Amino acid sequence: MNSTVTNILLVGVGGQGILLASEILAETVMLAGYDVKKSEIHGMSQRGGSVVSHVRYGREVFSPTVPEGEGDILFGFELMESCRYLQLMKPGGKVIANDLKIQPPAVLSGQMAYPDNLPELIRSRFPDFLLVDGQQLATQAGNPRAANTVLLGAVSRLLDIPEEFWFKALERMVPAKALEVNRKAFLMGREL
Amino acid sequence: MKEILSGNEAIARGAFEAGVKVASAYPGTPSTEILENIVAYPGIDASWAPNEKVALEVGIGASFGGGRALVTMKHVGVNVAADPLFTLSYTGVNGGLVLVTADDPEMHSSQNEQDNRNYAKFAKVPMLEPADSRECKEFTRLAFELSERFDTPVMLRTTTRSSHGKSIVELSEPVTGLPEPKLVRNAAKLVMLPGNARVRHPFIEERTRRLAEYGDSAVINRLELRDPTVGVITSGVPYQYVREVLPNVSTLKLGMVHPLPATLIREFAAKVERLFVVEELDPFIEEQVKAMGLTVVGKEILPLCGELSPAIVRRAFAGIGIVGATHALLPPFIPIDLPGRPPNMCPGCPHRGVFFTLNQLKAYVTGDIGCYTLGFMPPLSAMDTCICMGASVGMAAGVAKVVSAEEQQKIVGVIGDSTFLHTGINGLMEMVYNQSPATLIILDNRITAMTGRQDNPASGFTLMDAPTHRIDLALLCSALGVKHVRTIDPFDLAETKSVISEEMNRPEPSVIITDKPCVLVKREGVFEKGVLLEVCEESCVGCRACLKIGCPAIEWLPTDGKKGKSHIDPLLCSGCAVCHQLCKFDAIGRVI
Ligand SMILES: Cc1ncc(C[n+]2csc(CCOP(=O)(O)OP(=O)(O)O)c2C)c(N)n1
Repeated sequence: MNSTVTNILLVGVGGQGILLASEILAETVMLAGYDVKKSEIHGMSQRGGSVVSHVRYGREVFSPTVPEGEGDILFGFELMESCRYLQLMKPGGKVIANDLKIQPPAVLSGQMAYPDNLPELIRSRFPDFLLVDGQQLATQAGNPRAANTVLLGAVSRLLDIPEEFWFKALERMVPAKALEVNRKAFLMGREL
Repeated sequence: MKEILSGNEAIARGAFEAGVKVASAYPGTPSTEILENIVAYPGIDASWAPNEKVALEVGIGASFGGGRALVTMKHVGVNVAADPLFTLSYTGVNGGLVLVTADDPEMHSSQNEQDNRNYAKFAKVPMLEPADSRECKEFTRLAFELSERFDTPVMLRTTTRSSHGKSIVELSEPVTGLPEPKLVRNAAKLVMLPGNARVRHPFIEERTRRLAEYGDSAVINRLELRDPTVGVITSGVPYQYVREVLPNVSTLKLGMVHPLPATLIREFAAKVERLFVVEELDPFIEEQVKAMGLTVVGKEILPLCGELSPAIVRRAFAGIGIVGATHALLPPFIPIDLPGRPPNMCPGCPHRGVFFTLNQLKAYVTGDIGCYTLGFMPPLSAMDTCICMGASVGMAAGVAKVVSAEEQQKIVGVIGDSTFLHTGINGLMEMVYNQSPATLIILDNRITAMTGRQDNPASGFTLMDAPTHRIDLALLCSALGVKHVRTIDPFDLAETKSVISEEMNRPEPSVIITDKPCVLVKREGVFEKGVLLEVCEESCVGCRACLKIGCPAIEWLPTDGKKGKSHIDPLLCSGCAVCHQLCKFDAIGRVI
């Protein structure tokens, strides 16, 4: 096992902006001088399917995917998807999730219920699980669509990366007119 | 300068740095983004072809004309392009020609997981396999050099993980001083009649021998000596898995997987005590190493199916005591059985009403490949076969040949616009020529949606976003000799049902074309949102009729026990109003 590598999983539903968030994260760690690899599956996942993006950084990264059981941080954009990928996490890993439920087809059609005890389940295994109301904080920052950036801010606290690199990456990856809102949203998440 | 690029972006960059003049492709996951990214570079004529065979032929023409040409496709695309490929191997090239095959182990978005390394050996052309984005760029550049130096097309094989994975790439300047393209006649080399081809074949065999020799000392075939007790031959992304979980073993990393560098392999084998091959899918390297008379272990401990992962490689080597088991081998933590989240047709997708109708009419649907393949999933559940692009048409004709006259009336082929022009059109010729009683539905949503919205010959625009002639599908079908060509609005369920059932009953070839665009088309004037719909709570009796179309915008809100009411999410609704037509209680109406 390569213990000098940090393994981050970003999970959620197709269309939630996970790829952009993982791109900002990867850009940040590259700017901070690390080697970085990122992997995800495009294709079917775009049509509302489950999405997982792997970001790994360190001095030298080999595998583009997080080895099973070695995830350090799971960064969930949706509750059920956050649970789905816990199996990739190492015991004692950190889990941060957005307090958002998006119903899958079987729930929409009334065949199954959306499980209602997911936060407790996650906490039972990952005691310092952080549940974030991304939408609400982003609305406070000025745009509910910046929820991903709030979450990114919350994740940033767990990583030893100077703030300047986060802002530089945001500047590069976010359209100029949305930059101010995203900076604010990022800081709100970082202060949680 | 350093940038984080996907393998596909890096191949586009590499082609630009190599001075490519022409890039041609048919989209297919995971290869599509190569051409989508190459359009940003100056001086490259980049275009979508109607199918992979044409894409390769465009590339061959450009190469014979003296320009460097890049041709890209997904793994199954090479099946379509195989005919020109095998003879191109005989002619060789003029300007360098590189064919990218993007394989999809694990079938993340494919109908099979064929291992296209076999094509390199079968067609006798060299194949390079990069392991990350940096190599994607470097190998692309090298592939063009090798193509010209050895007078051969070169295949570059990626897999989903290398195509879509991102890593850091150092950018360089484009090459200069390439010869200007011009017409040169050379019949003995370029006209493959038996007499000429017989002369070329020995050249091909000699070329393979020289390439293997090149491989013995090529820097892309890298011998890394660490612990001499265990040696692993590997290539591509599996190399990364080996380095990840077996950091101390010796490796022979092959950048060129065909032809294999026999001398280098023997040298490596002599330096290690136990020899292994770690490769995805087929025992392609393993069998050849065994044929060299060496003792090697590969598929005895590794799977033949699906992609590898660090965990799979770790388990394989832990099983024979070479690496310690870790917590990765403990049963994973899965808290509960979660409902799955399969992909779904979008709200407002014009395919939905057609499949709902086909289900109602109990049609036997020979399906095809595209977003509409999701018509197979419940609750639509209206697809009975799916083989490869274009197959729906010929198969509809074939099924009709063997079943009773009564059952013939049930047979409907369903195909998308892009797929019809790709290889469905030949099937329609069969239907007309041999007077099939089957019915064909062309789902014309004006785009190649499945692979992420690429233009095609019936969309009216090119890859460069330039307006062009839009093939008139109805006219085309009529010109082929179909007497009954009908165009329908797939959002009008009554019309859709009556036209489809009329044509199903007709014992002659007939074609129905749907004319509503894909909701994801961003181009102005194509897709426009309709007036949104809402459920009137008082009128909804909870009969669930509207749930039968599986629209993601309609959700079921349970009240008590089995009872409940429907609700339409205004953020998701696109106003197609198909649900409105299903409600017998007038509970679904337009938002005023
Ligand atoms: C030989 C081959 N090339 C490419 C693909 C990838 N692919 C799958 S479906 C599809 C086209 C779908 O477009 P269309 O027929 O217009 O249907 P839509 O998705 O728009 O409904 C493509 C390119 C494939 N499966 N096989």
